[in-house]
Amino acid sequence: MAHRVVIVGGGAAGIQTALELKSRGIEPIIVERDIELGGKARGWHKLFPLFTPAKDIIDPLIARLREERIRCFYGQEVTEIASDGVVLRSGERIPGDAVVVATGFTLFDAHRKQEYGYGLYDNVITSVDLERMMNSGRVVLTDGSEPRRIAFLHCVGSRDEKVDQKHCSKVCCITGVKQAIEIKQMFPDADVFNFYMDIRMYGPGYEELYRSAQQDYNIHFIRGRISEAAETINKRIQIKAEDTLTGRPLRMTVDMLVLLVGMSANYENKNLAQSAGIPLAPNGYFRTQDSFLGSVTCEREGIFFAGAATAPKSLADTLAEASLTASAVCNYIKVKYTK
Amino acid sequence: MRSLNFGYAISHPRAIDMDNNDLRKSRAIIEEMPELQACISCGSCTASCTAGNITNFNFRKLHTSVRRGEYKGAYEELNKCMLCGKCRLVCPRGINTRGLIMLIKRKLGDF
Repeated sequence: MAHRVVIVGGGAAGIQTALELKSRGIEPIIVERDIELGGKARGWHKLFPLFTPAKDIIDPLIARLREERIRCFYGQEVTEIASDGVVLRSGERIPGDAVVVATGFTLFDAHRKQEYGYGLYDNVITSVDLERMMNSGRVVLTDGSEPRRIAFLHCVGSRDEKVDQKHCSKVCCITGVKQAIEIKQMFPDADVFNFYMDIRMYGPGYEELYRSAQQDYNIHFIRGRISEAAETINKRIQIKAEDTLTGRPLRMTVDMLVLLVGMSANYENKNLAQSAGIPLAPNGYFRTQDSFLGSVTCEREGIFFAGAATAPKSLADTLAEASLTASAVCNYIKVKYTK
Repeated sequence: MRSLNFGYAISHPRAIDMDNNDLRKSRAIIEEMPELQACISCGSCTASCTAGNITNFNFRKLHTSVRRGEYKGAYEELNKCMLCGKCRLVCPRGINTRGLIMLIKRKLGDF
């Protein structure tokens, strides 16, 4: 009989791990909290840096999962994990020879940065809202008109002690550049401003995209964090920042303010980690054994990680890591059960 | 009678006002030299600047201000440049900085 591995989470990380395990002759079971698979990537419009439609990645993954007849539980939340299985909220126990934690991340709630007025002002939206708008093919202000001046604010809910998010979310810089370009493609006459602290272009093709945004699309990059936003009488957004490169305060009015929200650790990580007796990193993500040879394992044998459960990661990084996780699980099972 | 100066004056706001600044000249400069937008503000132009070594001339700051539509005093400030071209040798983004100085002076000459 095939060995069975329980995978917690049916996003990109969970699906890819399941497919890789299946191809190695192991029987994976996915437990998904949501009622469908695909995680955060579902509903996303295009992916950096090549503007790949997100559904071109996610849909085939889900289709392969169905072809392989991999068992999935939907709408089931895992409350306890151990190296020999998981316990659902219903109390049911799903046993396995190993467990993969692919629980991903939580989007930073932009309401918490009240000074930017998300939820208060009509035309302050998040990068996720913009992605949904682009997916629907219609990016407009609340009065139905087209935006002519748009500001993006980087690092909302990242590198910010005030909201207990000290880490860098890694993907927002490149997302901001990608979305700014998409806005310029949609509205070539619009003025687009990106307010940034640092521009962290860590991946292949990212820096090139940044340069293209500057030079080919004439997107303005202003170094400085917006300190506050206020709504004008005609529903425009007035913003204040320091232009730190000239050392002077700067103010301007825009039609739309897009907040590039970061990635936070799941609130539930704490209980899951406690149930398994494993530590969390100070930022609330699961702590891996180390960053080199133990990047998908933890101190407890039989529990593995894949994707953004351990740190903010791009979809590409997540998919690559899932293959590594499957291979680590495979080795573990081989050593443990073939004696 | 000589009027007494009590030291009271109207202080103008220091903020860069992007709503009211006239960006036409700034746009014309960028249009003629789009690679200027690729500046990452590393400051190597200023660090290598001969004029900046002996005066407070700061080319990085100056062209950033000009791009924001802050032209006042820029032309006079640029007269400090001796056009030695060292900044162009060090620019990691390949911006023709010396050409840019001439371009800004040309565009702002009548300002």
